Amino acid sequence: MTVRRSPPPTPAAASSARLTAARRAAATVVDPEIPVLTIADLGVLRDVRLGDERVEVDITPTYSGCPAMNMIALELEVALARAGFAAVKVNTILAPAWTTDWMSEEGRRKLRDYGIAPPRRGAGRRALFGVEEVACPRCGSEDTAEIAAFGSTSCKSLWRCRACREPFDAFKCH
Amino acid sequence: MAPGPIRVAETPLVSYLLRRADDALVLGHRLSEWAGRAPTMEEDMALANMGLDLLGQARMLYAHAGEVEGRGRDEDAFAYWRDERGYRNLLLVEQPNGDFAVTIVRQFLYAAYAEPYWRAMMASGDATLAAVGAKAEKEMAYHVRHCAEWVVRLGDGTAESRARAAAALTELWPFTGELFEVDGTDRTLIAAGIAVDPQTLREPWQRTVIQVLAEATLEAPPAGFMRRGGRSGRHSEHLGHLLAEMQHLQRSNPGAAW
Repeated sequence: MTVRRSPPPTPAAASSARLTAARRAAATVVDPEIPVLTIADLGVLRDVRLGDERVEVDITPTYSGCPAMNMIALELEVALARAGFAAVKVNTILAPAWTTDWMSEEGRRKLRDYGIAPPRRGAGRRALFGVEEVACPRCGSEDTAEIAAFGSTSCKSLWRCRACREPFDAFKCH
Repeated sequence: MAPGPIRVAETPLVSYLLRRADDALVLGHRLSEWAGRAPTMEEDMALANMGLDLLGQARMLYAHAGEVEGRGRDEDAFAYWRDERGYRNLLLVEQPNGDFAVTIVRQFLYAAYAEPYWRAMMASGDATLAAVGAKAEKEMAYHVRHCAEWVVRLGDGTAESRARAAAALTELWPFTGELFEVDGTDRTLIAAGIAVDPQTLREPWQRTVIQVLAEATLEAPPAGFMRRGGRSGRHSEHLGHLLAEMQHLQRSNPGAAW
């Protein structure tokens, strides 16, 4: 009886599988301040590349002073080490600048389920200077009012719902 | 060798980056002095948040200055190892917090300038400055909006709040001329398409300031003597005290880290 063995993977296929594994591992890292969102949901994870010696990951800051960036870089190293990538380089890239429009639909849904009103798409400057309409993440009512423009983290403001009377956080448009 | 104050090779671009970074760091530090002391919990968080925005902007600008200078210096080297005369910030941002009205009026006067400044800088020929601008202009828009609301509330409030807002305006107004100053460093970079001509910011700044002051029933002080010197390292007596506190830990324990 002969045993047929599958041929060894070609170098290109092996490299592609490694890249997929690295991307998958990097995409599991969550925002330490909003642990239901991965950095992929947020749009903070920009690129994962395989070099000869190491994996390179590009991330971009949300707000200039976002204190979570150092933590995210550390978590990336841990997640990639667990997936078998010992050498990791995390680059912080500034351009193009992150905007809340990069947040995925999946991310917006998770944010709402978590009790945080997601940012409106394409709101940009209109939201900054016009009348901002924010729907309550609990009951969906748009009869809401801002309590404080600067909330528990740089990316959030504090609101209350006049319909269900609950206070809630809203992710600021940026 | 024990580390000592650094000497920065101030090419036009390095000087320019340090000026902007120093504005953001010094003002951000001033705001951080309010932590735990603001009149309400919401305002405590707002001041800390605005300070954090500025600190983030400063870090990106110092990091870029380090790359441009090319001597391997990081953001901490610029923040902790330059003395008062090496700092290039505006005199406005180093003025003491005073009462809440002084802090709010100072932040308003700066943000009303910084917002159009950073928006214009999004077109800078320097890619990093343009990227910092894209983030900072939105952050400064939030600062303008928040501070403008307070200027109106204080100016058009009680006799006490109005008197304090008016006094803050009188005290800080002589520091606003420096916002629009142009020197050789600026001219070189304006010609190179890297810097925006600050003269073009005077009109949008005045428009915001006049409009908000009118709503606050306050009047802009008459044009008069303007203080200057921050951009060349000639500071008011307040910066040295601020730096003494900010730099003390690193100077006593060089390289200390969390």
